[in-house]
Amino acid sequence: MRTFSEYLRDMFSGIRSLLSGLSITWKELWTKKVTRQYPENRDTLVISERFRAELVMPHDENNEHACTACGICQINCPNGTINVISRTTETEDGKKKKELDRYVYNLGTCTFCNLCVITCPSDAIVFSNNFENATFTRNKLVKQLNHEGSRLREKKPIKKAGNEAEKDSQTA
Amino acid sequence: MLLNYSQPLELNKLTSRIDAALHAALPEFWAVVIELVLVGILLIATYALLAVVLIYVERKITAFFQARIGPNRVGKYGIFQTVADVTKILIKEIIHINRIDKFLFYTAPFFIIGASIMAFGAIPFGQGLQAVDFNIGVLYVISVSSLGIIGVLLAGWSSNNKYSMIGAMRSGAQFVSYELSAGIALMTMVVLSGTMQLSTMVESQRYCWNIFNGHLPALVAFIIYLISGHAETNRGPFDLPEAESELTAGYHTEYSGLQFGFFYLAEYLNMFIIASIGATVFLGGWMPLQINGWESFNQLMWFIPSYLWFFGKVAVLIFFSLWVRWSFPRLRIDQLLNLEWKYLLPINLVNLLVMVILVLTGLTLTDIFK
Ligand code: SF4
Ligand code: SF4
Repeated sequence: MRTFSEYLRDMFSGIRSLLSGLSITWKELWTKKVTRQYPENRDTLVISERFRAELVMPHDENNEHACTACGICQINCPNGTINVISRTTETEDGKKKKELDRYVYNLGTCTFCNLCVITCPSDAIVFSNNFENATFTRNKLVKQLNHEGSRLREKKPIKKAGNEAEKDSQTA
Repeated sequence: MLLNYSQPLELNKLTSRIDAALHAALPEFWAVVIELVLVGILLIATYALLAVVLIYVERKITAFFQARIGPNRVGKYGIFQTVADVTKILIKEIIHINRIDKFLFYTAPFFIIGASIMAFGAIPFGQGLQAVDFNIGVLYVISVSSLGIIGVLLAGWSSNNKYSMIGAMRSGAQFVSYELSAGIALMTMVVLSGTMQLSTMVESQRYCWNIFNGHLPALVAFIIYLISGHAETNRGPFDLPEAESELTAGYHTEYSGLQFGFFYLAEYLNMFIIASIGATVFLGGWMPLQINGWESFNQLMWFIPSYLWFFGKVAVLIFFSLWVRWSFPRLRIDQLLNLEWKYLLPINLVNLLVMVILVLTGLTLTDIFK
């Protein structure tokens, strides 16, 4: 008899739990839908700042960037995505100087690991939020990041104490 | 008596006019032949159309249960999505598999779709809209719909693939077990209404649906019928024959193109058939809501054509089946068999007995309030 009452108890507790499950899905049926309808909501689309969509090199209003063509990003990239092509020029006082010629970035092979951005000593590159990167051919994924005719941003001449200079370069 | 009511949108006037015209114009034999062909074409067309609608509805409701929007690109609200899908499946290549049992492999889909169309033909869709009205209608529906399992087993066996085989075997075990429950639940209602003919069953529920007429045992039978019917369609928490995560797709893993389409179609239509048998046997079928004595109200109800009543009731049951499907996790095979053999079957047998006592002692609702 004991087992029979257990049998009944089992059955009714089972039914109760089924009903509570049904009630939860019933509520879910009426909740606000979370789907974002992408091409239509382009204007109101919110994308997190941290989202890594595409590597870019910010230029300022004088068409100047911060890349010294040191090649550290290229060395650190695990996929050979970055190709820093430099040229040597002479300054007015006759000194030879390495300068960025072309900064080639292949979006197609990038894994968005962010190593290049972290290791860049000059903070010359960042990841942008522009995620609409689809193209019809793979060649279009190879991009040149420095603009045409851009130059290295000259640092303010550092004539202060070493301590302060270090601080300066960190905040820059 | 029926025709005293005003029924502007009823289809039976149209069908009887066509019938009369055919008989007037042609000899008896040819009139019957043409009618048979017409009814057949109509049934198959409805079958396909219903499948398209059902797939769309299912996808939408599923999406709503998961807080999504669902198909919304092809046409407004995505209403042409399934039309596009069906077109795609029609023009797809049928891939030929090596080392299968060719004959069985290619006949299996026809078993399934044939069984489901045969059951489909016996459903009373509305007043005068029933293709085959046997006097053993309930028995007929149960027996032809269980033919489908042969197709499933054949498909699994002939595919020469372990996943298909396991899926088919599970499906077989499940189907045989739950068919028993569904059958006994329906028998309970046969005891109540005293007939197996679906049309008279609907007629007898004019003022009081069977589920109310038989109150407690009828309700229990209804719930058992819903559970076992759900299990028979291999859906929802009972989808172990197809269990994607373990068996890829179960018995129809190896099928492609239109053959797969047949399985898919039959799955959806079986859901519809189960729901419509449930509606017919328990919820009064196509009979509009009628209350004894309220003549004007009854007249008003007849303005809504009977097939809309039928589809409305079926839609409620189908919605319920989807709701269950998206609420519960899949059962293990032992849980599945436990549920059937340790719970549903004993309850069902006792329930049948209770119903017999109820009917014999005159305790049904119509008997009490006579
Ligand atoms: S994110 Fe990673 S993979 Fe992409 S360019 Fe930078 S280092 Fe290379
Ligand atoms: S982007 Fe940064 S790390 Fe890469 S070459 Fe330029 S300065 Fe060096």
